Amino acid sequence: MTVSSIIAASDSRMGYSPARRAFMRLSQSKAFAITVVVVAIVAIWYAFAVYLNTPWQLTVYERGDVQWTAADLVRDTLAQERPVLPAPHQVLVEIWNTTVTMNPASRRSLLFHSWVTLSSTLLGFVIGTLLGMLLAVGIVHNRAMEKSVMPWVIASQTIPILAVAPMIIVVLNAVGLTGLLPKALISTYLSFFPVVVGMVKGLRSPDVLQLDLMKTYNASRWQTFWKLRWPSSMPYLFISMKVAVAISLVGAIVGELPTGAVAGLGARLLAGSYYGQTVQIWSALVMAAAIAACLVAIVGMAHRMVLARMGQST
Amino acid sequence: MNVAVLTATGAFWAGTWALNSWLAGRTPSSAAAARARDIVVPVLFGITLLVLWEGIARGFGIPAVLLPPPSMVWERITNSVPTLWADFYQTFIKAVLIGYALGCGAGFLVAVAVDRSAFLKRGLLPIGNFVAALPIIGIAPIMVMWFGFDWHSKAAVVIVMTFFPMLVNTVEGLSASNAIDRDLMRTYAAGYWQTLFKLKLPAAAPFIFNALKINSTLALIGAIVAEFFGTPIVGMGFRISAEVQRLNVDMVWAEIAVAAVAGSVFYGVIALIERAITFWHPSVRGG
Repeated sequence: MTVSSIIAASDSRMGYSPARRAFMRLSQSKAFAITVVVVAIVAIWYAFAVYLNTPWQLTVYERGDVQWTAADLVRDTLAQERPVLPAPHQVLVEIWNTTVTMNPASRRSLLFHSWVTLSSTLLGFVIGTLLGMLLAVGIVHNRAMEKSVMPWVIASQTIPILAVAPMIIVVLNAVGLTGLLPKALISTYLSFFPVVVGMVKGLRSPDVLQLDLMKTYNASRWQTFWKLRWPSSMPYLFISMKVAVAISLVGAIVGELPTGAVAGLGARLLAGSYYGQTVQIWSALVMAAAIAACLVAIVGMAHRMVLARMGQST
Repeated sequence: MNVAVLTATGAFWAGTWALNSWLAGRTPSSAAAARARDIVVPVLFGITLLVLWEGIARGFGIPAVLLPPPSMVWERITNSVPTLWADFYQTFIKAVLIGYALGCGAGFLVAVAVDRSAFLKRGLLPIGNFVAALPIIGIAPIMVMWFGFDWHSKAAVVIVMTFFPMLVNTVEGLSASNAIDRDLMRTYAAGYWQTLFKLKLPAAAPFIFNALKINSTLALIGAIVAEFFGTPIVGMGFRISAEVQRLNVDMVWAEIAVAAVAGSVFYGVIALIERAITFWHPSVRGG
């Protein structure tokens, strides 16, 4: 008798039918729980869409002197031009119309705006991560830098930096820097902080025993850095980068607000709020959420790949 | 270009840098000396930054429209206290504090409820984590549309922004107590509420304060950015965007200085409360 058959035998003795057992296993699973919660959220969203859009729909009926039933009301509240709260399918249709069926180079295409935002997010994220790494290396290797810079790195984040965003943009525009770089700088400012904090922690994570071992090998500072400190900081770095990439997207979006709504998801939000185009606002929001989710997932994948390459599985 | 000012600035910078590395390199003789050094070194660094800024702005003759020297900003702050106070009251006292209290409170209560159900914990927590990483600030235009231009819409943005970090952290904190400790509570025949108040909440306190600290920064950002989307003619976000258009950059910097001080004090007060409440935690006891 093999091990698996023993398990199977003991399983069948529990007295539940296989279908019942499969269902129990399903209801214990994470995916099932998440699906149920998501379905519940969508249902609540629909309910609120009907509820919030009803007053306007009623005035429309009254003006048009229309006879209406409850079914009419539900159908019409979910298909308004400028609803207070658009229904999920309206948002999805809007996204479909502005991405798939439209030329990506067109200024009305959501892909065009997403790309504008994404490019400055990525540029800011890359600069911010590099800057954060450099600062962290400096802080770990230089005591004066540690004592004087570290408190200010922390203090710099209690400043609501997004509030400075419009000014940075305007000032840089006045100097002659326009386009991608000013927005990317805001993302940089936001994203360097988690990287510095995580990287300092990571570079300090090798314990005394390991550092002593490097010493007995007569390793130079350089070798200790590349062969011990750098590899052991990787897990910390990637966790920080997940936070950093999410926050640099926020920075890019806010950076687009004060430029007078030229291009990008932030501009799309601002234009939508000027003209009361709620469906447009929501579709930009959903797009931003999707981009954030993808970016975090990509960093997470890189994390797993690097750790696997280093021989540590997560 | 004013060479004398630039030289003086450079000399000052070199001097404080040398002083700082000397201070940081010494082994302090007592604990008090070490603490004093840990305060003096960053303060010196901060002063150096201000002097550098002042010196560069004046030495290179950078127009005040681009980068006003700190002295000019300070003058502006002292000259326009009533305006700054009105903006501070509108944005911070009304929108930030009310939204912060409601958002954190709601997140906390929902977390306690979620903690009772293993199913909700499995289903809601990943979604909460996901939402906490989203650019929630984007709901600002929607909130302005729903709740009007006054502070209510800003408070609503702050509520949504602070809710999810609080939810996620509290749920994590509530499950931070040991199985052994929970078993001990059971052998004492402690009820749900007793276990909650005597074991789970104290164990969750470091997590909850972590969320409170994260939220203190988020709340101020949320309120200020929400004001970019429509506001009555008062408020820090309104003032910043309005004065930028009129190129009154010193006023913008004054407003930013107020925001920075308010944000730091807010953070500091929460950190102090944390030290008082979680005095038993290793990170506090270790000094």
